[in-house]
Amino acid sequence: MPIVYLVLRAVEADGQTVRELVFRTRNLRLLGNTLALGGAVIVLSTLIALPLAWLTTRTNLRGRFVITLLAILPLSIPGYVVGYALLGLGSPEGPLRSLLGIQVPAVGGFLGATLALVIYNFPLVYLHLRTAFVGLDASLVDAARSLGHSPAGAFRRVVIPQLWPAYLSSVLLVSLYVLGDFGVVSLMRFETFSYALYSQYIASFDRVYAAWLALMLLAITTTLVIAEFRLLRDLALERSGLGAQPEGREVRLGPWSAAAFAFVAAVALVSVVVPVWSILYWLGQPGAFADGSEIVRSLFGSLRVSAPAAALATLLAVPIAYLSRRFPGRVSHVLERSAYIGYATPALTLALGLVVVVLRATPWFYQTAGLLVFAYTVHFLAQAIGPVRAGLHVATPRVEEASRSLGFGPVATFRRVTLPILKPGLVAATTLVFLSCIKELPLTIILAPLDFETLALNVYGHATEALFAEAAPYALTIVLLSALLTSVLFRKAGEA
Amino acid sequence: MISRKLSTLAAMAFVAIAAAGCGKQEQAAQTETPATETASTTPAQAGGTLVLYSGRSEDLVEPVIKLFEQTTGVDVQVKYGSTPELALTLREEGERGQADVFWAQDAGALGAIARAGLFTQLPAGVADSLPASFRHSGGLWTAVSGRARTLAYSSKLDASQLPASVFELTEPRFKGKVGWAPANASFQSFVTALRRTQGEDKARAWLEAMKANGTHSLANNVAVLQAIARGEISYGLVNHYYLLNFKKSEARFEVAQTFFAAGDAGNLVNVAGVGILRTGRNAAAAESFVRFLLSPTAQQYFASEVSEYPVTNGVITNEHMLPLSDLTKIAVPVTLDDLDDLDGTLALLRAVGLL
Repeated sequence: MPIVYLVLRAVEADGQTVRELVFRTRNLRLLGNTLALGGAVIVLSTLIALPLAWLTTRTNLRGRFVITLLAILPLSIPGYVVGYALLGLGSPEGPLRSLLGIQVPAVGGFLGATLALVIYNFPLVYLHLRTAFVGLDASLVDAARSLGHSPAGAFRRVVIPQLWPAYLSSVLLVSLYVLGDFGVVSLMRFETFSYALYSQYIASFDRVYAAWLALMLLAITTTLVIAEFRLLRDLALERSGLGAQPEGREVRLGPWSAAAFAFVAAVALVSVVVPVWSILYWLGQPGAFADGSEIVRSLFGSLRVSAPAAALATLLAVPIAYLSRRFPGRVSHVLERSAYIGYATPALTLALGLVVVVLRATPWFYQTAGLLVFAYTVHFLAQAIGPVRAGLHVATPRVEEASRSLGFGPVATFRRVTLPILKPGLVAATTLVFLSCIKELPLTIILAPLDFETLALNVYGHATEALFAEAAPYALTIVLLSALLTSVLFRKAGEA
Repeated sequence: MISRKLSTLAAMAFVAIAAAGCGKQEQAAQTETPATETASTTPAQAGGTLVLYSGRSEDLVEPVIKLFEQTTGVDVQVKYGSTPELALTLREEGERGQADVFWAQDAGALGAIARAGLFTQLPAGVADSLPASFRHSGGLWTAVSGRARTLAYSSKLDASQLPASVFELTEPRFKGKVGWAPANASFQSFVTALRRTQGEDKARAWLEAMKANGTHSLANNVAVLQAIARGEISYGLVNHYYLLNFKKSEARFEVAQTFFAAGDAGNLVNVAGVGILRTGRNAAAAESFVRFLLSPTAQQYFASEVSEYPVTNGVITNEHMLPLSDLTKIAVPVTLDDLDDLDGTLALLRAVGLL
């Protein structure tokens, strides 16, 4: 649907202009910048997320539940809060100077954009890897060890291949996010495709050139999606065991605990403490007294659209991931891939596309909460598919076959066998989508009903006037709500 | 915030009375322009609902909207967002749009909607009396409030150290002492004005000379003022109202501001404005809303509460602001229609490495 819109806009251009637009050297520079940024974000996110996922699922480290929360929370902190916090790091009022007395140089450009995007994206990688670690067949590791492999060798030959599908899913999400983000890159003034796209929109309201840029962006993302599917296609990673999951032995860290805590503390300092400190610092400024009823109203506004979208996306993700895993075919692949295209389309473009389509096809649906839920679901469905698919990758169809042979129908089999295996994935999926929706802006601004208020809209509205003190209570509510929801979901899933 | 809203409303009621009294005095003293008369009359009882797309943030405009609702009984339904996003939305909604009024942060967005043919002519007598620099030449939209570009400087400096023109800032005595915020939309409008009045080459040469002179690029206007207050720099090119807001909470904030010599490109006046959409459902309410925004009550609100310049006469401005008639005399002579080539400005800023 958004693609149809883009093509509609793109064909308004004449051939000459298009050649000038598409084949100019600036695009090469944009491409280089975009790829460099994506690469750096993926590498750094992996280096942070992999050890964290291992520590919280495979070791006896204390406080794993809290660490899990800390590793997911950065996802809920609005991008511009992170951006401003990082920009403020180098300033004399910054937290490092006030708390620790360290003066660091101001971040910005490539470094700033990378840091800010890593802070948002490593939780995505973490959630995927964590789901995979939880579903990991520990008996395979034991088998490898008994065959004479060292722990490192077993990790390389057995664990990594089992983590691979989940990891690829998360890498795809991260790259698509980096490609589509313009909030952070514009704040850090690092020019990527999406930044050029956005500045084109705001500079001249030029929808034609912007449509061409968006199509080029989509060409890159489609390539990525197809590459990821190719890489995954021939993997057969079902668990060999018959249903009962052998509990992996916990690794005793012993003296290494201190190092692990230091690592966790360093990550948390940059990803949680610095942004939250900014919020609290703003809260301490004059003007930061909040109208309780307005916070409650926007809290309900946020919940009213984010919760249904999270539930709907997870619900839709199950059949899509299930079909493409168990019954791979053209239809299931197209379904799954189009979900990723929805994620890869910049939110502003998606929102404008929906305006055009909905006003023509179903005008009564325009500017309703339902449309917003629909738009969130289209945009964030891919986030839900990843964890569910990762869960399915390690679940063998043979258990389902066994259940069927014992006389259970397909529905009962799904409920009694497949669903329990999927549970960690479902929790991760719901959390991811909810946290993304609750701070989403362009879709919310353009498609929300009139007079609609959400927490994120209030943060943004105040922050654009540099009234950070007024924005702080709303930002804090987002973070607290996210922390609460995440802890409830993960506790319920019984895997603290 | 309830108490703050109440106090804001009380303050507005007060200024409304004060302004009304003021208007009467002026009318008594001199036969005023017909606009003040139209604006002073109570807006018509239009009723119904009004759909407003506001590119200005809730913090700035909600009290005015509330007062309009109370005065007229019209229920205003607002969509808040950034000006460019809402302008794009309006363009995509096109003929099927239902918004009655678009309130934008800058002239560029209003120009884009006007060019797309989505605005209807403002009814006669609504904005005719405004200075020509504050309304669309074809009568499709009108400014509602203004913000001026100024030179902020450390209070420790004396008057002899102030430049008369932005062009003096490239001299060695200002080396490393000036700050600006190239990503700021108002700064970009100023560069557009510079290009229009001085020509492309001179504008580019100035930007390059400023850069070579060690001008500090900061994230936004607030950061520029803070850097001056800390003594890191001595001068800054900023919008006028940031300092006034600082002074409200911190009277001893050691920064002052001034204009350049009359007609200098540094003295740009930008506007926020409104237009009525052709596809709206409630033309009567839209008209009465625009009239209300130009009424002494609303104009006084912008001057007193938001520290913006009024666009109609007869409003008491803050002690740190010039009267409107003086402001229009010193402002750089560009029309608002001149300022909509943001594209060219962004290209120039990228070319000299400022963006």
